[in-house]
Amino acid sequence: MTTGLMSDIYIFVLAILAGYEVITKVPSTLHTPLMSASNAIHGIVIIGAVVTASQARTDAGYVLAFVAAFFAGMNVAGGYGLTDRMLQMFRKRPAPPAHGGPEELS
Amino acid sequence: MNAVTIAVDLAYLLAAAGFVVALHLMNSPATARQGSRLSWLGMIVAVAAALTSVIHGATITTTGWIVLSVGGIGGAAAGLVMARRVTMTDVPQVVSIFNAVGGGAAALVAAGDFVRLAGGPGISSRVMIATVLDIIVGPVTFSGSLIAAGKLQGWVSSRPVVFPGARLITATLTVIGVGAGCYLLAGHDSTPVLILVVCAALAFGVTMTMPIGGADMPVVIALLNSFTGIAVAIAGFVIDNGALIIGGALVGASGGILTLLMAQAMNRSVISVMLGGFGTGDSGPAAGPAAAGAGASIRRISAEDAAIQLAYASKVIIVPGYGLAAAQAQHEAAELAALLQQHATVFFAIHPVAGRMPGHMNVLLAEANVPYTDLKEMDAANPEFPTADVALVVGANDVTNPAARRPGNPVSGMPILNVDQAKNVIVIKRSMGHGYAGIDNELYTDPKTGMFFSDAKSGLAEIIASVKALVAR
Repeated sequence: MTTGLMSDIYIFVLAILAGYEVITKVPSTLHTPLMSASNAIHGIVIIGAVVTASQARTDAGYVLAFVAAFFAGMNVAGGYGLTDRMLQMFRKRPAPPAHGGPEELS
Repeated sequence: MNAVTIAVDLAYLLAAAGFVVALHLMNSPATARQGSRLSWLGMIVAVAAALTSVIHGATITTTGWIVLSVGGIGGAAAGLVMARRVTMTDVPQVVSIFNAVGGGAAALVAAGDFVRLAGGPGISSRVMIATVLDIIVGPVTFSGSLIAAGKLQGWVSSRPVVFPGARLITATLTVIGVGAGCYLLAGHDSTPVLILVVCAALAFGVTMTMPIGGADMPVVIALLNSFTGIAVAIAGFVIDNGALIIGGALVGASGGILTLLMAQAMNRSVISVMLGGFGTGDSGPAAGPAAAGAGASIRRISAEDAAIQLAYASKVIIVPGYGLAAAQAQHEAAELAALLQQHATVFFAIHPVAGRMPGHMNVLLAEANVPYTDLKEMDAANPEFPTADVALVVGANDVTNPAARRPGNPVSGMPILNVDQAKNVIVIKRSMGHGYAGIDNELYTDPKTGMFFSDAKSGLAEIIASVKALVAR
């Protein structure tokens, strides 16, 4: 897993640019779900919690790993749960109920 | 490098690519849900890879497993319950809490690495730099997001909380945090100093967010979202993991773009938002309709007048604002739109800052079963106003003020909805109180504007009843 500092920086910068490209195309209609989706993506920190837990040997280490795992778990599950719940509300117009030509108002 | 390590690294790459494609799919409501699922799959692949790597490495202790599984599953359960239970009006708070825990987790990962290595053969400077950055950015995000959530929920005053010496405290905390951080960077791996930095950063997050008013929350949430992403990316540098770096960087970019868009749409600079002390989000309801008579002449209308105009219009644009969100009147607005759609073209024109977080109004209306094809962004809606028979403004103020097109006033240059170009305008508003820009809205004194003084929810309900009565006749 040792990629070295320089390639880490390459990855970081290119990922920001890729993010910029895709995110500027998201319509403002979807900005709240976008924020929630990106919220879920930063739940990737759960991998950090896994690594922390795998290296912990002391009480302090275990406590840190526990809280990190709790926070990250909440972040991931909550983030995806909320995003999906919001997105399922964005529906197309249901097939028009046989537009019965409502008589003109007069 | 053995086969397992390679497989794990490829899985991380796959997950990261999935995140990018998932965000790309968010460019249309039709594909957004697929995107969210793809992102979820990517996350599962990444977690599976991490667990495989840990099992293969056989470094984790039994206690480590227990800590990880109990913590992770407990947190996930708590997160799911929050995501399921939250009402759409309260989504900003929950997003803010998820920001907080994400930033907190990133800081804890960095701290865990530090505690493990402290007193050992010395921590490499690249890990130390990343660690110090993370134990500053992470806790600032954590406490800042919690305060933001508290303000949105009403547990913390949404008014800008400014007290004498606040700036001095912030400055002192900055000096302590940076000074102690430099001490760590100088190669002293002292845990008490680490704790000092974390505490200073936590306090800084509080003093940073407290002075920011409720109306500026869309900017603040977006900014804290960006911070969280950066914190996670830095944690990726600490543990040398590309998936964290990419995931964090994507979120950092997303939050950054939204921050700038929101600030632009509010006609504020990000700096002035952060300095705070402005924008309470409350448009002075105390003024009361009585104050209306005082200024320039306005035309007051009743629910029946509004209903007649709406019932005979062939094109209606509804402009929802903060007042609609605050009164939770999205269901009434949706009902009125559906009713009018029986004989007219009706859609919603949504300003980027309507609601309490970026795009919030769209979610509220989607929840009320408004199809997304009826939700138009500002740029798509503006050319439509000149041909609209009626523009119905519900609880929106500054974003409709034509004064923004002229220089020399607080809203100058602010992107607005061209409501004044509609043939007729109806404004539902509780009072003549000002928006947070604190100036008169010239739209209200326009001769073609009718003011219907009412709470958004009950006002819309009255109009619906009147329209129904007219249609039935």
